[in-house]
Amino acid sequence: MSALIVRALRAGVDGKEILRGVDLEVSSGQVHAVMGPNGSGKSTLAHVIMGGPGYEVYDGSVTLDGVELLGMPTWKRAQAGLFLAMQYPTEVPGVSLADAMAAALAPQGRAPADVADLVATEAVRIGMSTALLERPLNVDLSGGEKKRNETLQLAVLAPKVAILDEIDSGLDVDALKAVSQRVELITNEVGLGVLVITHYSRLLRELRPDVVSVLRNGRVVASGGPELAEELEATGYEGYGETPA
Amino acid sequence: MGRLAPPPRLPPRTREERLSLKTFTPDAAAALAGPEWLRARRLAAAERFAAGSLPDPSEEIWRYSRIGELDLDAYRPASGETGGTAQLPEGTAERAALVVVHNGRPSRIEVDPALAATGLVVADIADLPDGDDLLSRTAVADAFTELNSAFIPGATVVRIPRGMVVDLPIIIVHHLDGDGIASFARTIVLAGENSDATVIEHQSSSDVAAFSDPVVELDVGDAARLRYLNVQDLGARVFQVGYQTSRVGRDATLQSSVVALGGDYARVRTDSRIDGKGGTSFLTAVYFADGSRMHDFRTIQDHIAPKTTSDLLFKGAVSDTARSVYSGLIRVGKEARGTNAYQTNRNLVLSDGAGAESVPNLEIETNDVVCSHASAVGPIDDEQRYYLESRGIPPEVAERLIVLGFFGEVLDRLPLSEAVTGLRGTLVRRLAERAGESTGGA
Repeated sequence: MSALIVRALRAGVDGKEILRGVDLEVSSGQVHAVMGPNGSGKSTLAHVIMGGPGYEVYDGSVTLDGVELLGMPTWKRAQAGLFLAMQYPTEVPGVSLADAMAAALAPQGRAPADVADLVATEAVRIGMSTALLERPLNVDLSGGEKKRNETLQLAVLAPKVAILDEIDSGLDVDALKAVSQRVELITNEVGLGVLVITHYSRLLRELRPDVVSVLRNGRVVASGGPELAEELEATGYEGYGETPA
Repeated sequence: MGRLAPPPRLPPRTREERLSLKTFTPDAAAALAGPEWLRARRLAAAERFAAGSLPDPSEEIWRYSRIGELDLDAYRPASGETGGTAQLPEGTAERAALVVVHNGRPSRIEVDPALAATGLVVADIADLPDGDDLLSRTAVADAFTELNSAFIPGATVVRIPRGMVVDLPIIIVHHLDGDGIASFARTIVLAGENSDATVIEHQSSSDVAAFSDPVVELDVGDAARLRYLNVQDLGARVFQVGYQTSRVGRDATLQSSVVALGGDYARVRTDSRIDGKGGTSFLTAVYFADGSRMHDFRTIQDHIAPKTTSDLLFKGAVSDTARSVYSGLIRVGKEARGTNAYQTNRNLVLSDGAGAESVPNLEIETNDVVCSHASAVGPIDDEQRYYLESRGIPPEVAERLIVLGFFGEVLDRLPLSEAVTGLRGTLVRRLAERAGESTGGA
């Protein structure tokens, strides 16, 4: 049983505070949705947990199975069992998916040939053409292909907790289904914990959340069960977290 | 980061000091052995060299260079020395011919007998009856080409007869192992009309202090296809001023590549003159400078005839306190209507102490052209590094993948896959050594 626990997290960019004391948890087998309007700090939360460049942490803690992640380099957070599916996966010219996955699993003693087999198997499961596997990472991929590619990597790397940062944004219906079904299966089969960050509730009809939190102005302003997502769909974010600026 | 005025490591020599050469005199050139015509050519070149002066960093084409540090009198001509061996690099077992050039002198030549019987010539110019006609057919540029002509012990001539297709590469292996020597190698490739061949030169050295002044002349006849690769893996105390010149004929295609890994200061000037209608010149380079070395490239894409094409892609990386310079010119003459000319230079700066210069230039005298140039100098992209690290890839491995990926675009265009496999391996080792030093590994 694993747990990612975020406590009183304050962080920002260039001295400007964006997260103003965030508390949330996700544990194995659980899907925790973080919803919020644009500018609420959702993506900042994802990157601060992963240790992205340009973000500053002012206070608080982020632990995975009791181990403090803040201060750890990004790659060690990943090796500790954290994964971030990015909203805008970066193009890395000349670096193939196969080479990246082999390099990512090498510290765990996995042989490149086994990794290649695993990548090929997962490509079929996520409905990604094997012809795309030889392409440089995210170069000339459509929006849907990029998100399938992120999900494929999630499946190959088998983290304890995955953060999906707006994996649904701009996604066609088929890709949305493929991505959410694959994540749901991993959650049920091996107990992946999922922190799913989204603006819309569309994704949450495919990937059923156990907990929904609403982020607004850098704070969690409401928390509840799946019904909260439906309510937000109907009413919008107005009325949540009307905190004095 | 990136743009800097490199301080010379030694105080620059005055013009007077640089002109009073004691070693590389006409008398010294005249004393070298060889056929009469070669001795006459050497002496004439030595006299022209003595009458001129060494270049100066104040000249645009020597700007940013370390030429001011060169003390020629600290070296002695290797031209009289014989013997010696060289280890053959990876990927050279399959070949049409092999030449081993030791300290500038062709010392061992083997040619596939079947090809030799049908007219392929691979020989020392000193042994060819028409050698006098073959030397310096393509233009020579400056004092260092004159110096080369004045002190060449011989020259490697590769002559591919009209219509011949040579399937396997012709391999020329250069090795320097004399401490304090100045080496003057000359390679002359004459690709006959409608011929097809691949020539690979590999330069290495022992850990010696040496000066290297190699000249390469490529003459690509009408409708011929010539692929040329030069791999420079010299030791860290070799000062090299190299010159590669090519002439591309009507409907001919030259694909010329440089891979530079070594040297202390290693300069290559590449001139490609396309003087036949419909001729094409592809020029590529990969350079990786680590330690305190400097790589220096000057290129000229010279379009003389109509409907000619040139496409240049030079990609480099600098690490530690290394530096690099790329300066390129596209010149399109009045007659060169319908020309396409492209020039791209990109540089990765891997350490704060390293720096790269990139200076593209265009000189166009006709309207009917498509020309573009692009240049970039910068560190590894933070977002690319973060993306790979977020998958669990250690930083030094992520950096290695990104740099190899960056070079891949050029390596994929190199003529010979076996040679490229070896080069990728060499680059991986060099990048790994670098990472090991700077971060202590994973």
